[in-house]
Amino acid sequence: MTFSADIALAGPQLTLAIAALVLLVFGAFAPRATTVMTLGSVAALAIAAYYAAFGTQGRGFAGGLVADDASAFSQVAIFIASAIAIPLGQKWFAQRNIRNFEFPVLILLAALGMAMMVSAGDLISLYIGVELQSLALYVLAAMHRDDAKASEAGLKYFVLGALSSGLLLYGASLIYGFAGSTKFDDIAVAVQAGAGTGVLFGLVFLICGLAFKVSAAPFHMWTPDVYEGAPTPVVAFFAGAPKLAAMVLFARALSEGFSGASAQWGQVLVIIALLSIGVGAFAGLAQNNLKRLWAYSSIANVGYAVLGLASGTAEGVQAMLVFMVLYMVDVTGFFACLAALSRAGKPMETIQDMAGLMKERPGIALAMTAFSLSALGLPPFSGFWAKFYVFKAAINSGLGVAAVIGLVGSVVAAYYYLRLIKVMWFDGGVGGTDTPPVEAKTIAIAAALFSFPLVLGALVFIDPLAKAAAAAFGLA
Amino acid sequence: MTGLLSLITYAPLLGVAAILVLRFFAKSEDEKTVSAGKWIAFVTTLATLALSIVLVAEFDPANPGFQFVEDANWFAGIHYRMGVDGISILFVLLTAFLMPICIAASWKSIETRVLEYMIAFLVLETLVIGVFCALDLVLFYAFFEFGLVPMFLIIGIWGGKRRVYAAYKFFLYTLLGSVLMLAAILGMIGIAGTSSIPELMVYKFDPGLQIWLWLAFFASFAVKMPMWPVHTWLPDAHVEAPTAGSVILAGILLKMGGYGLLRFSLPMFPQASEYFTPLVFALSVIAIIYTSLVAFRQTDIKKLIAYSSVAHMGFVTMGIFSGNDIGVQGAIFQMLSHGVIASALFLCVGVVYDRMHTREIAFYGGLVNRMPWYAAVFMLFTMGNVGLPGTSGFVGEILTMTGAYGVSTWTAIFAASGVIFSAVYALSLYRRVIFGELTNPALAEISDLDWREVAIFAPLIASTLYLGIYPAAVFDLTQASVDNLVALYSAAIGA
Repeated sequence: MTFSADIALAGPQLTLAIAALVLLVFGAFAPRATTVMTLGSVAALAIAAYYAAFGTQGRGFAGGLVADDASAFSQVAIFIASAIAIPLGQKWFAQRNIRNFEFPVLILLAALGMAMMVSAGDLISLYIGVELQSLALYVLAAMHRDDAKASEAGLKYFVLGALSSGLLLYGASLIYGFAGSTKFDDIAVAVQAGAGTGVLFGLVFLICGLAFKVSAAPFHMWTPDVYEGAPTPVVAFFAGAPKLAAMVLFARALSEGFSGASAQWGQVLVIIALLSIGVGAFAGLAQNNLKRLWAYSSIANVGYAVLGLASGTAEGVQAMLVFMVLYMVDVTGFFACLAALSRAGKPMETIQDMAGLMKERPGIALAMTAFSLSALGLPPFSGFWAKFYVFKAAINSGLGVAAVIGLVGSVVAAYYYLRLIKVMWFDGGVGGTDTPPVEAKTIAIAAALFSFPLVLGALVFIDPLAKAAAAAFGLA
Repeated sequence: MTGLLSLITYAPLLGVAAILVLRFFAKSEDEKTVSAGKWIAFVTTLATLALSIVLVAEFDPANPGFQFVEDANWFAGIHYRMGVDGISILFVLLTAFLMPICIAASWKSIETRVLEYMIAFLVLETLVIGVFCALDLVLFYAFFEFGLVPMFLIIGIWGGKRRVYAAYKFFLYTLLGSVLMLAAILGMIGIAGTSSIPELMVYKFDPGLQIWLWLAFFASFAVKMPMWPVHTWLPDAHVEAPTAGSVILAGILLKMGGYGLLRFSLPMFPQASEYFTPLVFALSVIAIIYTSLVAFRQTDIKKLIAYSSVAHMGFVTMGIFSGNDIGVQGAIFQMLSHGVIASALFLCVGVVYDRMHTREIAFYGGLVNRMPWYAAVFMLFTMGNVGLPGTSGFVGEILTMTGAYGVSTWTAIFAASGVIFSAVYALSLYRRVIFGELTNPALAEISDLDWREVAIFAPLIASTLYLGIYPAAVFDLTQASVDNLVALYSAAIGA
């Protein structure tokens, strides 16, 4: 392949890289021009999404970069989520007089990292993508630097993230050492010829590292602390898109590189999935802080996505993709709600703060009710359809028992979602909430409308797209 | 007429939209707005009733299959598929019939957040009708499951003292049952490759697998019915729910369980149904006898009626699993009749509760002296509950017992004893509340039924008597579908 053909494949990544650098220089000279920064970065994301959707497909850079239906599908979703995060965060920081022009730039860099992750074709680009994304997120988590909790969150995220990167790298080097190549295709050949213990050992480390990135149990410990401390709009961003990216990477690495060992990683993933569902459901019961609560909810939800992957079939990957996209909308919307709410300038973060919200802020209360019911998996909300796909795939591939355990886990989790609804609808309020910022409110309500009823129409399009994307991984 | 079913299903949502528009322009919930909202809700439910009467008139009773079918491809193999047969059309009619009564019964007793209340009821009506019309498993599940939310809110917002506990219990109990059903639904779609209910009704599942699928569906429907021993959520939910909430719960929501058993368990898993028939009979008989005894010991009127509902549902499950024409017909009839009678009894409780704000049996006594009309109405429905010939309650009980007699003599004999027990608790309730001296001074000024209450009771009285005297009105509609169902079932089990 010629160099220009390689470059043509990297359209989205290059767009984002150039835009991030240009905006960084621009911001250094005009730090107050936040509107220009916002518009510029959203435009860059739009162009990148265009390239992702309609650009050429193929493998380039000696197999290091893959542009196929799967990368296109996930990149478009990631770019949309990133574009939504920018105005949400800009407003939030502006309200707190933190005028960091770096915010959109960091989002762009994170999006670039994610774009690399979903199109990684070998272990090197896998690692670079993960690191680029993570470093941007560490900084974003600590962006509210006068706030002790945010700094703590950033540090915690960084230290534990570095540990997981170490695991990832260690696994990658073991795989390279035993399989003799970093490219997924070559690894697949080596695994097919008889996977040695060394490769499997490396694979387990790789899985651990990636499980950390998606915050699946038992690598979930950082999630509640980081969610609680980090600025709310930042959480809205990194609870959604990065997990989609990591899950796609997960799927690609396992199905392209290790399809010969699917029996082995299938077992590991089932255990991870069930542990996540259990931890998310039971630990969430004890939470009072909504950000922590939703952290546990996200652990449980990632468990469902991993369960889809554990099926080891194209149907399972499709289920995972649909799940993550629908979940991303919900979680972004939920944190947008939290970002929109404050009482006398103080953020409302505990369940009790939401008492009587239905009377005071019916729009946001309805949106939060929709997200709760959706996360609970109640039809006709998007969360139900997400689970519908996952459990269908799991049952069809013989994971019936795991699916039933997962479903029962969702009943346990139902209690805490209902508690939130109960507080908002049944209890009397104290009043005095501030007028919500228009950006956050719009995003929240739009996401809620997607969750129901728009999802019923959207799935008609998402279903075939996710199917095509899943087919790109070459699983049966 | 295609599209009629969707129109009936979503008509209540038009009322919701109208109320939202009203609220949006009214700016505040003053008396005029609230009253307009009530009228919108009432007129909407009446319009839905009119549409479903049209549906029944257009329905061809000789055709055993599904009619008014709508079918559109959706995604992932799911179809938007609606249709009614002789069984489901009755439940659509029952729902549409009870809804205006519920709205009217809440006219004065609901004082807070009235518009939200009306919206919750209208949404619930859409969902319940959807359950009975859906011909796609996934669509059915969506309607079935989402029905929990408005009911959760109705109990939780407008309920009594322990409303939060009751709302949680109601929700979590039913949710646990239904997720197991969801797992079975997903498995069935995977195996049969379709989610179409008519196709699945003739699909022959492997008998070993049927056992598991049957159990999963049963978990959901048994909770919904509710059957002993998973009935404990019902008394709590009934006691805490507002009057109209109890009416909906007893009148319609419980029927979804019986409907599900008829629509899914019997035709789709015939071998498993036959295998589990003794279990169902045993549970039914326990429900009939045990909960009748429990009902007798209650001190709260509503709780007593709630337990009596469980007992009456025992007749329904017994009739369904007798697997013969008479039993199934009887079960359907019993569900309809119970839908009318139990609703009326809860409304009777509502009448005195609205006046005195207590449901303690001991608080009352001698009401006949002050409320002769009320005493007469209550008498009629008590007799219906007991199963007196001439009321609709009799027909259902005698048919289900006859049906069961052909399969298991002992079951029928034990169930018959339940009829006596129901007379014991129902008549003693009536005696303690209505007869005797009026000793409680608080009751001295209690007023008899006003014209609104009379208007609410009139259609219920009429239908109880009509169904009791001329039950063939129902059987004409159900005959073809039930014959078809029973023939398929008998053929499958080789009887």
